Amino acid sequence: MAIPFTYTLRSLFTRKLTVALTILGIALVVFVFAAVLMLAYGVEKTLKSTGYTENVIALRKGSENELTSGVDRDLANTLLALPHIAKDPATGRPVATKEVVTIINLLKFSSNDMGNVTVRGVNQEAMLMRPVVKVVDGKMFSEGSHEVIVGRNIQKRFQGAQLGQSIKISGDSWTIVGVFESGGTGFESEIWGDVELVMGSLNRLGAFSSVTMRLQDNNAFEDFKATLETDNRLQTLKVEREQEYYDRQSRFMAIFIRILGLVITIGFSAGAVIGAMITMYAAVANRTVEIGTLRALGFRRRSIMFAFLMESVLLATIGGVMGLVIASGLQFFTISTMNFGTFVELAFNFSLSPEISIYSLLFSLAMGLVGGFLPAARAARLDILSALRAS
Amino acid sequence: MKIIKLIFKNVLRHKLRNALTVLGIAIAIMFFGVLRTVVDAWYAGVDASANNRLITRHAVSFIFTLPYSYKEQILRIPGVSGVTFANWFGGVYIKPENFFARMAIEPDTYLDAYPEFLVEKDQLEAFKKERNACILGEKIANQFNLKIGDIMPIEGDIYPGSWEFVVRAVYKPRDEKTDATQMLFHWQYLDERMRQDSPSRAGQIGWYVVTIKDPSNAASVSTSIDALFKNSPAETKSETEAAFQQSFVSMSGAIVTAMNFISFVIVGIILLVLANTMVMTARERIREYAVLKTIGFTRGHLITLIAGESLTISLTGGMLGLSLIFPTVDGIAANIPSGMFPIFKVTPTTVVLASLTAIVVGVVAAVFPVWRATSLRIVEGLRQVA
Amino acid sequence: MSLIEVKNVSKSYRRDTQTIPVLSNISLSIPEGQFLALMGPSGSGKTTLLNLIAGIDKPSSGQVQVEGVEITSLSESALSQWRSHNVGFVFQFYNLLPVLTAFENVELPLLLTKLNKSEKRQHVEMALKVVGLAERMGHYPRQLSGGQEQRVAIARAIVTDPKIIVADEPTGDLDKNSAAEIMVLLDRLNKEFKKTVVMVTHDPRAAEKANKVMHLDKGELTS
Repeated sequence: MAIPFTYTLRSLFTRKLTVALTILGIALVVFVFAAVLMLAYGVEKTLKSTGYTENVIALRKGSENELTSGVDRDLANTLLALPHIAKDPATGRPVATKEVVTIINLLKFSSNDMGNVTVRGVNQEAMLMRPVVKVVDGKMFSEGSHEVIVGRNIQKRFQGAQLGQSIKISGDSWTIVGVFESGGTGFESEIWGDVELVMGSLNRLGAFSSVTMRLQDNNAFEDFKATLETDNRLQTLKVEREQEYYDRQSRFMAIFIRILGLVITIGFSAGAVIGAMITMYAAVANRTVEIGTLRALGFRRRSIMFAFLMESVLLATIGGVMGLVIASGLQFFTISTMNFGTFVELAFNFSLSPEISIYSLLFSLAMGLVGGFLPAARAARLDILSALRAS
Repeated sequence: MKIIKLIFKNVLRHKLRNALTVLGIAIAIMFFGVLRTVVDAWYAGVDASANNRLITRHAVSFIFTLPYSYKEQILRIPGVSGVTFANWFGGVYIKPENFFARMAIEPDTYLDAYPEFLVEKDQLEAFKKERNACILGEKIANQFNLKIGDIMPIEGDIYPGSWEFVVRAVYKPRDEKTDATQMLFHWQYLDERMRQDSPSRAGQIGWYVVTIKDPSNAASVSTSIDALFKNSPAETKSETEAAFQQSFVSMSGAIVTAMNFISFVIVGIILLVLANTMVMTARERIREYAVLKTIGFTRGHLITLIAGESLTISLTGGMLGLSLIFPTVDGIAANIPSGMFPIFKVTPTTVVLASLTAIVVGVVAAVFPVWRATSLRIVEGLRQVA
Repeated sequence: MSLIEVKNVSKSYRRDTQTIPVLSNISLSIPEGQFLALMGPSGSGKTTLLNLIAGIDKPSSGQVQVEGVEITSLSESALSQWRSHNVGFVFQFYNLLPVLTAFENVELPLLLTKLNKSEKRQHVEMALKVVGLAERMGHYPRQLSGGQEQRVAIARAIVTDPKIIVADEPTGDLDKNSAAEIMVLLDRLNKEFKKTVVMVTHDPRAAEKANKVMHLDKGELTS
């Protein structure tokens, strides 16, 4: 026969302050736990989603990212002449975009510090290959003129990046004619301009940073990759799926955040667990007579153990829910930090996923079980007579 | 018997509860200390900066290179006593996990700018003479068991291709703050290869290290340097070494802030656990406190008793936690690439902060129980069932 | 003037919104050397009156004077000090500190004095001798019987040599024989050591040792 749940529930109310402190401790731990996971997920989401499943990106072999990569014009053309590349049925041209990437400094609003901002030289094809990018204010830049469009993140966080203002790239002045959004992906932290003119400003007319393309048959990627390895002319290039590329950019950050955060959280969760343990031991000690009475009435040892374990789990779960609810409020905040991989600044959001919620609740559950186990066992092991006599 | 004896006896009264509390506090303080050590390690570059060194780098980002030709021009600026430079080489030594700084430098001038790298004279001469020689920091030499004469093969990434270097010198750090994990080789070796493989990348250096005669002139010399190259294709930004290192820290400012925030959370948890224990303990002793008041003990005595008990627990936990920080930090240092956080040590500040935390928490946790015990009327206290 | 003068004392308690009167306009005089027993049914207010005399509670109105000092007007800290010198309290449930030995429990009131270590030791040993427990001074309360615990408590009450002993149901938790022992002890303190004893009790046998008995009913003295 199980001890009624109302007993467990009401017992919690008899020692309000102690229970409140214990719940608060657990809530704090779960808050940090969830926050860390939410940040790592936010980092991944921002960067991962930037990559489009069907795009393939080519960089110079040995370069980790577009910034340090260089692909000669001729090389780019040779690559795009391969039969694997998809062709636009209307024009017969390869469905690809040859881009150049560099960075400039702009002044932040928030801290009066300079921040690095990515500038991407693109052409019209870039918009086609990245359908998520849409100009929402102003207009697209005109090819052949010193005009740029800025991502929403840049417009929001940097001075001098509003519609109508101008920025400098290598000494040349460029007018901002539009603001674009891209569904929260990494492109929103970039500035786009005409590729040939950007290359001109940078004095590197000879080489792009990368070539992004689509294959005739997306499943033939491995085959495509193998072709490059064997082709003499193309040996200095490497290709990967765009998603994989962006995943790689975020991997170090995400892993770092996860490891540092989780190790520390799980570590100091020991503190909260101990708090729960202390509370439960005290509960058992204070209700020794009750326990003896319940046993005398006929409830079995394991019902007692279960009831106390439930109490501890209930405590912990309330704390967990509290911590999770507060953590979910973090979604209104944006953190900007340097992406360790590229040294470029990116803005990340805290993102809550169902998995994170479940993990957080499971974590609090675990804390409740671990903290409550020994005290519950002690309660179960009490001898009836001595329990009744205790005062 | 003094009151202190009573305090200790009371602490020992609840052995399990107080032992758990001490343990909880100890674990939390240990993590607090480890976290602070990580934050300190982040700032290690700033601490190691010399106030007579300036760093001149590309104005947009240090990942862009500067022309070698700038060197002579910078040398001519008044107040400058020496100019040297370095290129970040990167690459992979055996495995990507073996991260440490690998840089191409000007052999004749670089070590003059870094007197804290101690090299034996004959080793230094040997290094200068051979084109593909390299100098290793003591820590790296020890970690990879590299001796003078050994070959280091490096697979380049920023500068692609296979590279081979011969170890000709090992430098020792002058003090604890000095980075002993760097590998330095001849810039000429890099440049020659670039002339062959990628001519457009030849003649470029990463950043200049400018030593100045008078540290108080840092700002004006910096401005003079930058003025020289304004409106050129590669504009420069010059600042003190400390400011340069600080900018790295600031870039990941959010991470550091987050870690500091977590430190506070940890302190909060310690407080909650101890406060919980003290509230429970004090509640059980109400009757005793009333008896003491009856005998004539004052509020002050009660405060001493309760706060004394609270502090005894928190300080014991604090000391235990402190003693755990050191082996934990050593353990972490042994398991991360030594080049990642060249200086990873527990600083005196961390010890002080951890101790202060234990003291403050001990006091704050006692506040509510003290308030309760002192404001309760004797007759009500006597009525309480233990 | 008597040692203890209670003048027109009333006491009521607040429970939520209700005011509950416990004592109504009590006046009495207790001369030095008296052994007074206060008796009455539960709720009559006898313990409350005891508390007022001992200075651990203050009346809602009226005065309590002890040896000419109006204790009702003393501040908290002055009252604490007054108690430590002038009153010894004996409780029904002994109220010894479980973490202290018999010796240390008796020593407690002396911590508030300026006596040095050997002087304190002398006083404690003497008090324990008076109650007949000198050989148990190293024992903890849990190692003593109820009667023995109460005797240690009495030793604690007399160790500073106060003029007044106040006892709240001192035999309430004891068996017949132990109760008798305690009463003999209290009697001795009164007759031999000239202490003024004010005792609240239910037990008519305990009241036999007193040389004056007063009854309280519903907050009023009836005899």
